[in-house]
Amino acid sequence: MITSKHYIMNNSIKENNRNKSWETYQKDIADDNYYFARSCIRQNFFPAAEELFLKIISKELGKDIFDDERQTTCTGIAYHSGVIPFETTMTVVARQFALMTEAGYENFVCSCVTSFGIYTEVLETWKHNPSKEQEIRESLKRATGKTFQIPKNLVHTSDLIYKFREEILSKSKFRLLNKLNGEPLRIVDHIGCHYAKIFPDKGIGGAEFPYVLAGMIDSWGGSQVDYPERRHCCGFGFRQYLLKSNRGYSISNSKIKFDSMAPYKPDLIIANCPGCTFFLDRWQYVIAEMEGKTYGENGYGIPVLTYEELAGLLLGYNPWDIGLQLHQVSVESLLDKLGVNYNPLEKYKGLNGEDLGKPEMPNVLKCY
Amino acid sequence: MNLLKKLKEDIRFIEGLNACINCGTCTAVCPAASVSDYDPRIMIDSVQKANEFSIIEILMSNTIWYCGECLSCKTRCPRGNTPGYVIQALRALSIDSGLFIESEQGQKQLAIKRTVGDHILEYGYCVFIDEIDTEMYPEQGPIWDWLKENKESVLARLGANYNKAGSGTLRLTSEESLNDLRAIFKETGANERFRKIEEYSALKAKEMGISFTKGKDDYFKTLYNE
Ligand code: SF4
Ligand code: SF4
Repeated sequence: MITSKHYIMNNSIKENNRNKSWETYQKDIADDNYYFARSCIRQNFFPAAEELFLKIISKELGKDIFDDERQTTCTGIAYHSGVIPFETTMTVVARQFALMTEAGYENFVCSCVTSFGIYTEVLETWKHNPSKEQEIRESLKRATGKTFQIPKNLVHTSDLIYKFREEILSKSKFRLLNKLNGEPLRIVDHIGCHYAKIFPDKGIGGAEFPYVLAGMIDSWGGSQVDYPERRHCCGFGFRQYLLKSNRGYSISNSKIKFDSMAPYKPDLIIANCPGCTFFLDRWQYVIAEMEGKTYGENGYGIPVLTYEELAGLLLGYNPWDIGLQLHQVSVESLLDKLGVNYNPLEKYKGLNGEDLGKPEMPNVLKCY
Repeated sequence: MNLLKKLKEDIRFIEGLNACINCGTCTAVCPAASVSDYDPRIMIDSVQKANEFSIIEILMSNTIWYCGECLSCKTRCPRGNTPGYVIQALRALSIDSGLFIESEQGQKQLAIKRTVGDHILEYGYCVFIDEIDTEMYPEQGPIWDWLKENKESVLARLGANYNKAGSGTLRLTSEESLNDLRAIFKETGANERFRKIEEYSALKAKEMGISFTKGKDDYFKTLYNE
């Protein structure tokens, strides 16, 4: 006979498994002195996010992080689209490591989940094939004269926000609580496939229960939305998104996620990977315009933020100084729930308050 | 060219295929399988059984271009295979052998090469704001048009270093760094792959009677849009 005692025990076994997984998949994250690598997508589509991240790490947390003007792409998008050989990608990665070495750093932090996957994949490949590493060292030397050391610590930018989430909380002006009803905000986290699906032991919480963003939600007072398609891909698909003819792949996969999360009425989506953040924001706009379907409240969309944008908001940064006006889905519903005091008239102003007019409004998706 | 031999030497193939038991787990989690006519189990099985003749068919097919490289299959395969890695090896060989030009999807690699591929050597990044507009990427939405119209002022407000020397968001990558990338591309086979994509595409465009020059020419537009 199953008693309520059994039921409680079973549930706590489940909970235990999850906690065990989080314990097993802890990762070593260096304390200070980071070499920072930018993202192709984050710097274009969320052009304030990386400066905000650097500010949080250096100014708010007092850590040393180096933003090198000589860095470049990791080539990940081109590699995963099939136009760049793996050897090229490995050698470009080796050059990034050489820049880190020359600058006197040992801890490498990159601002893109695709890059994190690339750097990890290169290091794992060299571990299995030391002769490949040698070959790439020689290629890099011939091409650029550079040599390098392998980073002691390789992490994704969100790993740092996760590591310092309690410090960030202690400086925060807001919690992830809905001021309007006192409830924790319901938050969807999207991790991005290449964070932990390729090498589960390299991500906090592994591939089953990735905790990198969930840990921020828990610490900052929100509540996680556990929905059926939580781990499904956003649908980037690399070459599939890059070609207009193939883009249906991308929107269809994002739609699978939206339809699955909608019944849980999320207040916010946060995403780990810059590409995912972009798709989860923009495909809501396209679905609204094409099908008349909106996923947020009253004809608006569900706001989608990167983790550093969320940290910045909680720390009290002006939302229009950290680029939140550049999301196609308006973020005002979230600002109101958090209790952020913002000036709507500043939203579309340029440098020194320059009046730039307002963007056109979509036909269906409501925006501010 | 002994295609099977070449395939089996590719490090992505070596790491990607042990022995497939045809369980279909990869297909169950595959986002490409859920939205297109693609099945990683069948793909892996056909590669596992391939001979020198059937591998040509595979390299000429649309199938190898449908995968989205999410690598969800790597986590799940009970035999430690990675269909997404095998796809990478097949795509590399398809371009190397020129067979990519025989499939509609393979032909589209020219459009990828002329966007993200060329951007790397021009800007130092796969993507750059100046190359993105709402005609090519309508999903960017009206907010992108507003940003583009006002980019100097908006980006300055947001603390970016758009198109200027030094460090920072959207800065101008120095000639020195670009020269390093160019030298690496030359040294490691990327230039060679670019050359093959362009040369085979020129022949195909001629055969199809579509104008082929460079950049976003008619052939590019056909591949990109249709
Ligand atoms: S990497 Fe390719 S084959 Fe593997 S799950 Fe993703 S889309 Fe499917
Ligand atoms: S999951 Fe692995 S063993 Fe199963 S069909 Fe796919 S590749 Fe084969």
